[in-house]
Amino acid sequence: MKPVTRIHSRTAVLTDENIDTDRIIPARFLTTTTREGLGKLCFNDWRYLPDGSDNPAFPLNQPEARGCSILVAGRNFGCGSSREHAPWALLDYGIQAVLCSEIADIFRNNSLKNGLLAIVVSAAEHRWLLEHPGVELSIDVRGQVITLPDGGHIRFELEPFARHCLLEGVDQLGFLLQHADDVAAFEARYEAAA
Amino acid sequence: MTAARTLFEKIWDAHLVAPESADTPAILYVDLHLVHEVTSPQAFDVLRARGLKLRRPDRTLATLDHSTPTLPVGADGERPYANPEAKAQVAQLETNCREFGVDLHGWDSSDRGIVHVIGPELGATRPGMTIVCGDSHTSTHGAFGALAFGIGTTEVGHVMATQCLLQRKPKTLAIHVDGELPKGVGAKDLILHIIGQIGVDGGTGHVIEYRGAAIAKLSMEERMTVCNMSIEAGARAGLIAPDDTTFAWLEGRPQAPRGEAWDRAVARWRTLKTDDGAHYDRELRIDAAAVKPTVTYGTHPGMAIAMDTPVPAARNAVEQRALDYMHSRAGQPMQGTPVDVVFVGSCTNSRLSDLREAASVLRGRRVADGVRMLVVPGSEAVRRDAEREGLHEVFTAAGAEWRVPGCSMCIAMNGDLAQPGQLVVSTSNRNFEGRQGKGARTVLASPATAAASAVAGAIADPREYTNQEQAA
Repeated sequence: MKPVTRIHSRTAVLTDENIDTDRIIPARFLTTTTREGLGKLCFNDWRYLPDGSDNPAFPLNQPEARGCSILVAGRNFGCGSSREHAPWALLDYGIQAVLCSEIADIFRNNSLKNGLLAIVVSAAEHRWLLEHPGVELSIDVRGQVITLPDGGHIRFELEPFARHCLLEGVDQLGFLLQHADDVAAFEARYEAAA
Repeated sequence: MTAARTLFEKIWDAHLVAPESADTPAILYVDLHLVHEVTSPQAFDVLRARGLKLRRPDRTLATLDHSTPTLPVGADGERPYANPEAKAQVAQLETNCREFGVDLHGWDSSDRGIVHVIGPELGATRPGMTIVCGDSHTSTHGAFGALAFGIGTTEVGHVMATQCLLQRKPKTLAIHVDGELPKGVGAKDLILHIIGQIGVDGGTGHVIEYRGAAIAKLSMEERMTVCNMSIEAGARAGLIAPDDTTFAWLEGRPQAPRGEAWDRAVARWRTLKTDDGAHYDRELRIDAAAVKPTVTYGTHPGMAIAMDTPVPAARNAVEQRALDYMHSRAGQPMQGTPVDVVFVGSCTNSRLSDLREAASVLRGRRVADGVRMLVVPGSEAVRRDAEREGLHEVFTAAGAEWRVPGCSMCIAMNGDLAQPGQLVVSTSNRNFEGRQGKGARTVLASPATAAASAVAGAIADPREYTNQEQAA
């Protein structure tokens, strides 16, 4: 994994609440056995018209939303299915951070493990971000702060271990593998007691 | 004296390889890892790329359910897969299980079925365990007093390689369901009612423990239906303390302990309940007597109401869009809405008792003209039991299709789907836009409501379709 330290972009906004992972990537595309190339399927049924052309009503198809790598989404983004294909698709599409007042647990976990910054902000900050699409933000992972164009700041929490892995560009499996002896000791104790 | 603990805390504490610190999450040991074809291939690839073994094949149980066709092998001897990718995905799991020594309950197994149906059936799901799967409906297994939750594919790889997960301790939410469910009202109505009350994100960050008189009276199948949909309230997991109902259901199952080991296990399982005075982060109460046959009217499971109650007005543009998508009208009840397709199945409602419930309505009746009804048993075992009772004949005589086990139209990735605009009354768990086919409109309901709606050709109250001779 590449380290994720700072993201600088204008925001694209999807105001809908409860955008579920089926909307991020419909189930019929989950027959894939790889994680690559899912960006073209991201938001598929919302993004394209039946003839395959871009749906002009999809907010991320607007010219001003093109190329934005920070997504501000309505409350409870990523609810529903645990499919990791959702963060894979968003990353491949070009989204590197999702800002929301509440993010579904499994989606948030999956995102952080793939270098997609899933960041929870306060309800008031969220409302402001939803009302100001296209605002230029700079997200500092180390400092856990988002800088606004006027110099204002939004502070955010990030699970410390996930933050460490993002900054170092390491995945969490390595850490678990380092604890193989602890796992074996636990297992011996645990299975003897059963 | 140790402090009073909740059921969740007891299971959590018993599985800590290392507790959490400010810098690192807890390392949590996983007793049982359930695997299916959709969320595992990329995790097996990680093992290969790093030269790792699958650490505990004996704690891993795999099956085929999501991409599998529910029509039998054709005249050409081929299974009618929706597309070559689905076929390749199934073949990939077969290859992966062979290579890594995992027990696959595949096409040639008499146990194959939806992963959350077969785990309990086999007795692989037992009280006090930690159970994970790359599938959000893993919460189903919480019905047995197991801490069970869905994970992503990266974490599937973690469990394969280390039998552990890195986890921050979730919060706890107690939902006390007081009183008694009215006659003709079931577990699906109850959980839809609960999600309608607390919202589609009402459980985020929490493990729910369902408790109270109405929960204690539920059968194991009903408890699975309730816990299954915990994720639809955003919860990490749902839990119900094990009791005599649980033990009676598990005894004699293939992987359940036997003899003295069984007695010892039951003695241990009896301690798996929340201590008096233990603290939950949140608690709320639900009055079971107030629950009616409940359905959804919008595009997430929190948009649920009693079918005879007027659909509430949209509070914002997003809700209005949901009503428009569903063609639901504020002020009108859902009851009476014309139906195109009825689906009985999924990890929520595909067990024998669910099929009996649907069959009891359909016996001696016909699916209305123009309505397509699909009945998909949750497993080969359910299929065998149902056929032994002749339920399949009740379904086919009524004009419904009786299929081969699988997830089918719940996730609609195997070719079983509804057409754009069609209204589906479905016993599954998600009514998201397009979930059952692009443009399809899903109304979640109980098996009884689904069957009654199939007969009426419109959303109908199953209490009006009770067969008197069976009530005795």
